[in-house]
Amino acid sequence: MNISALSPAQLQQRLRERGLCIRTGPFVTRVHTSLAAAAEGIGLLYADYPLAEEEDFADFHIRLALPNGLRRWLKPQVLFLFDGTRTFKPLPADQAFPMFEWGLNWCVSSHAQSYLIIHAAVLEKHGHAVILPAPPGSGKSTLCAALAQRGWRLLSDELALIRIADGCVVPLPRPVSLKNASIDIMRQYTPDAVFSRQVRDTMKGTVAHMKAPADSVARASECARPGWVIFPRYEAGADARLTVVPKARAFMRAADNAFNYSLLGQQGFASLAGLIGASSCYDFTYSKLDEAIDTFNQLALPALLP
Amino acid sequence: MTAPPLLLQALRQPDRLASFGLADWDMLIRQARKANLLASLHAIVNEHGLFAAIPAQAREHLGWAHALAERHVLAVRHEVSLIGQALAASGVPIILLKGAAYVMAQLPGARGRLFSDIDILVPKEKLDQVEAALMLHGWAATHHDAYDQRYYRTWMHELPPMRHIRRMTVIDVHHAIVPETAPVHPDPAKLRAAACPVAGHTALLTLAPADMVLHSAVHLFHDGELENGLRDLVDLDNLLRHFGRQPAFWPLLIERAVALELTRPLFYALRYTARMLHTSIPPDTLAQAAQLGRPGNALLAMMDALFLRALLPDHAGCTDSLSGIARTLLYIRANWLRMPPLLLAQHLFHKAFISSKPED
Repeated sequence: MNISALSPAQLQQRLRERGLCIRTGPFVTRVHTSLAAAAEGIGLLYADYPLAEEEDFADFHIRLALPNGLRRWLKPQVLFLFDGTRTFKPLPADQAFPMFEWGLNWCVSSHAQSYLIIHAAVLEKHGHAVILPAPPGSGKSTLCAALAQRGWRLLSDELALIRIADGCVVPLPRPVSLKNASIDIMRQYTPDAVFSRQVRDTMKGTVAHMKAPADSVARASECARPGWVIFPRYEAGADARLTVVPKARAFMRAADNAFNYSLLGQQGFASLAGLIGASSCYDFTYSKLDEAIDTFNQLALPALLP
Repeated sequence: MTAPPLLLQALRQPDRLASFGLADWDMLIRQARKANLLASLHAIVNEHGLFAAIPAQAREHLGWAHALAERHVLAVRHEVSLIGQALAASGVPIILLKGAAYVMAQLPGARGRLFSDIDILVPKEKLDQVEAALMLHGWAATHHDAYDQRYYRTWMHELPPMRHIRRMTVIDVHHAIVPETAPVHPDPAKLRAAACPVAGHTALLTLAPADMVLHSAVHLFHDGELENGLRDLVDLDNLLRHFGRQPAFWPLLIERAVALELTRPLFYALRYTARMLHTSIPPDTLAQAAQLGRPGNALLAMMDALFLRALLPDHAGCTDSLSGIARTLLYIRANWLRMPPLLLAQHLFHKAFISSKPED
């Protein structure tokens, strides 16, 4: 059963009372909240997600709540509670949905040590993953959103999960986070896509989230093999261009973008070496999304491993 | 009577974990994570060969915690070796305390135990030399406020915590195990004289077994910070189980408690490990500890009410309406035990009205 099977009233009731158990990729999150802004965002962007079939166990227990006291009425704020513990400073209440998204990223990146976790967008075609590690501001999410709307399967907008046990790239399809100018660019580029309400004055500026394509969500249990590691950079006026990056350098740059590379020690090294070894690695500059997508569509499949 | 929290059930009788259902594991993992005992739970499941018997989701979470703990042990060993190098030229013997001692001496309690600071004990007259050597190797004082400096240096049993400027690791350099201003004075010279070398590390020592238990006890039952209370009680349980296999340990424990003026914390340690974790303690040891360290009936009834609540994880699954008050009262009590009333009043006044905001 998907979340869309619940009416808005049922959804709000679930969120208020026993909590809503959402399955995103390999994780189940139980969410409690009575905040309308959070319920609205979840209802809109998580409609296609399965309710966890097994309600007895959740990986993460989170609650978005209003603080007690006067703050409830005066400039209301929202708290993110991880199983009852405050993990972040409170934010203005209208940022409840972005806070849910950021908080969920934190839950995964600070706990799920059975994966090497790289701060990267990930998409898939023909069973192979393209991983786009990049610092904020490099146009990673915009490119990811565009690829996800043009035939590439979205695995994740923020967190590349490389399963340590077998080196597979595990999908965690969730809404794509867009900032500032990217929001209008994507609205024009894909008028059919669903977007959350824009929230202004967050720590990242204005943000909105784009709904993950239903097909990506439905296929969240299909892992991918490593294919390409591409470091994207938006550059005004530039032609779309791929430049080969030597593997040793690609390794170090991906490690810089990993959350738990050093924590995992030898396993982190082995996982990253496996990923880089099996991938073609490029720098990529672009300014026009259509050219970028053409370039990605022409990527040669990596040589099949023996 | 309500059943004890799942985490206590698991610590008392690990074999029962095999019969826990998925919903039990959901709650158990949350309680253990909150108590900083999730990696310890991994160690327990591993030791009892129960991995095959528990749900896959639970295995996953235990594995996550284990990865963190593995890394932690490496980091502690590395940090301890750097501290050893920094102090080698001074020739001062380094006695490791608490977590670092458990890790380096490879005691059972070290498995899965996470902690943030490394604590060492050195002779008081060597403090300046040790501090200078650490500064030379990159550790810097963290409390720059003149009042805080005086607070630590005049009244406390340790230097202000020092943080390494590059690695951001923290070391607490102690010269005693309770504050100078506390009413009891376990003689640090006695502790140092009995210290034992760590196998394979020439310059490193730990406290002797009985002293290690007593230090752990005074730390837990005189300190107001009970955030890791259950973890610290599990430490005591581990130490008692481990050292207690030698029959000679128990009389020595009583003897040392008397010599070090720590009979009251020993009484509490034995009482609450036995009550909460079902640690097995010889009846005559319990009787002797009670004879030497048991408070009056009224006080004991109150301490039971406080500690049996405050030592549980601060998690919704194991708190009641009085848990918050119990923690607060024990915090006040700890400050009371730290220094005499007038000094405490001055200190709290200064902290409330004169000190600037905390630096970090």
